[in-house]
Amino acid sequence: MTSNSASVVSARNLGLTFQTSDGPVNALTGVNLDVAKGDFVSFIGPSGCGKTTFLRIIADLEKPTAGTIAVNGKTPEEARHNRAYGYVFQAAALYPWRTIEKNIALPLEIMGYAKDERKARIERTLELVNLTGFGKKYPWQLSGGMQQRASIARALAFDADLLLMDEPFGALDEIVRDHLNEQLLKLWAQTNKTICFVTHSIPEAVYLSTKIVVMSPRPGRVTDIIESTLPRERPLGIRETPEFLEIAHRVREGLRAGHSYDE
Amino acid sequence: MHKPSFLRDKLLPISTVVALLIAIWYIAAVFLNAPFERDTAARAGTEIAFSDLVGNTMAQERPVLPAPHQVVAEIWDTTVNRAITSKRSLVYHAWITLSATLLGFGIGAALGVLLAVGIVHNRAMDRSLMPWVIASQTIPILAIAPMIIVVLNAIGIAGLLPKALISTYLSFFPVVVGMVKGLRSPETIQLDLMHTYNASAAQTFWKLRWPSSMPYLFTSLKVAVAISLVGAIVGELPTGAVAGLGARLLAGSYYGQTVQIWAALFMAAALAAVLVMIVGFAHSAVLKRMGAKP
Repeated sequence: MTSNSASVVSARNLGLTFQTSDGPVNALTGVNLDVAKGDFVSFIGPSGCGKTTFLRIIADLEKPTAGTIAVNGKTPEEARHNRAYGYVFQAAALYPWRTIEKNIALPLEIMGYAKDERKARIERTLELVNLTGFGKKYPWQLSGGMQQRASIARALAFDADLLLMDEPFGALDEIVRDHLNEQLLKLWAQTNKTICFVTHSIPEAVYLSTKIVVMSPRPGRVTDIIESTLPRERPLGIRETPEFLEIAHRVREGLRAGHSYDE
Repeated sequence: MHKPSFLRDKLLPISTVVALLIAIWYIAAVFLNAPFERDTAARAGTEIAFSDLVGNTMAQERPVLPAPHQVVAEIWDTTVNRAITSKRSLVYHAWITLSATLLGFGIGAALGVLLAVGIVHNRAMDRSLMPWVIASQTIPILAIAPMIIVVLNAIGIAGLLPKALISTYLSFFPVVVGMVKGLRSPETIQLDLMHTYNASAAQTFWKLRWPSSMPYLFTSLKVAVAISLVGAIVGELPTGAVAGLGARLLAGSYYGQTVQIWAALFMAAALAAVLVMIVGFAHSAVLKRMGAKP
């Protein structure tokens, strides 16, 4: 397996074809991508472009059928065994019979952390996502945005340097989403993690990322990779600057170019 | 919004239905028992007045349908007025049936859970076992109960266990079906989460599948405990009517003691209601501990 030792994720000619009853479906073809340590990479594209599939391949939730991929220089399966990443799903997926702190403790219990250590980590991650004092609440007692923050805390609780986020704020309203995006950037700066973030919102992708991967469907592929020129420090107001709008414009162009209108 | 009120929400609707049923019962008792009174009067060559007729139909010794107060009187007589150890005490017979019910229910629930765990975790068991589990319930219990009693008797097992095993035969089924569904109830996203943690099968079971299945478990236990009682009663029929509510039913039908049959029936119904209620309380208690939305 050839991979750049500095990259956290390195994909070469990666492809995945699902065999369905209607024949094979090309979910992903010919993806070449490197994610460097400390990067915030967004994957953007319409549904069916394979952005979630790519994330699931990194997480060893799907197996690629072509090409190679390395996570921390190893196969995704080895990386998963080493607990190399935290995954945040579209839905919070909190266990309803566990309180928020017990939910955050779930991966820690599974990975065998001692009780004192668990407690310290729960405190710390609750503070990171601004949920201090909500540890004893059950998920249903929290709003959707708070639940999703708890699920991020759960992914941050153990020592994974890579955070995979699959449209984590997709189901939330614009105002909550703006707020969470701002918090996520702070969190990224504080923890120095590498983040792969799937979204279908152009402003979200441009606001958050150091690198934007534009994808298109049928077959799922990468059409453009944009290195952001925005500074790492980003107040919400940055979204009105010409620089921001220019990057957003390029993303939109990329999405348009990849869209097949002849169907 | 109205404030919840016990009187309006629970007591009133239930008592209305009960009152209606008792009224229908009395009317039915008069109709069904009247021919006997008319025959008696005809044989004696007398006319019977309507008021006497109604009065008599509710005081027969072996009525076709005993009046409610006769059944209540019989239950009172055989529970309060007899020593619990007496063979004429309904409490004694109820206890015999209850002990077989509980033992059979316990074994059945444990067996059901074990089978469900096997079926969920093992493809071969899923394919091979499930059809047999379903087929087992297509055999009429009345046909198989005497066989179980006779076979076990032949190898020296008698008394409580054979009856309990008939309860088990009936009660494991809802538990298997409910628990297979329950253990498979976690969503893909919740299972994926466990996969990303590299959790072992045992960890996934105890931290996800088992807690997810609790509502299913208790729902099937409610059904299981009620049919456990049916199983125990059926199991008492071929034992020669020695003891238990089933024996009371059988003896009552031998000697035409309809009042005794109805008393035993009501005792069985009350027992079933109490058992289902206990499981229901356990259900709420467990769900409350699991932080369910009130």
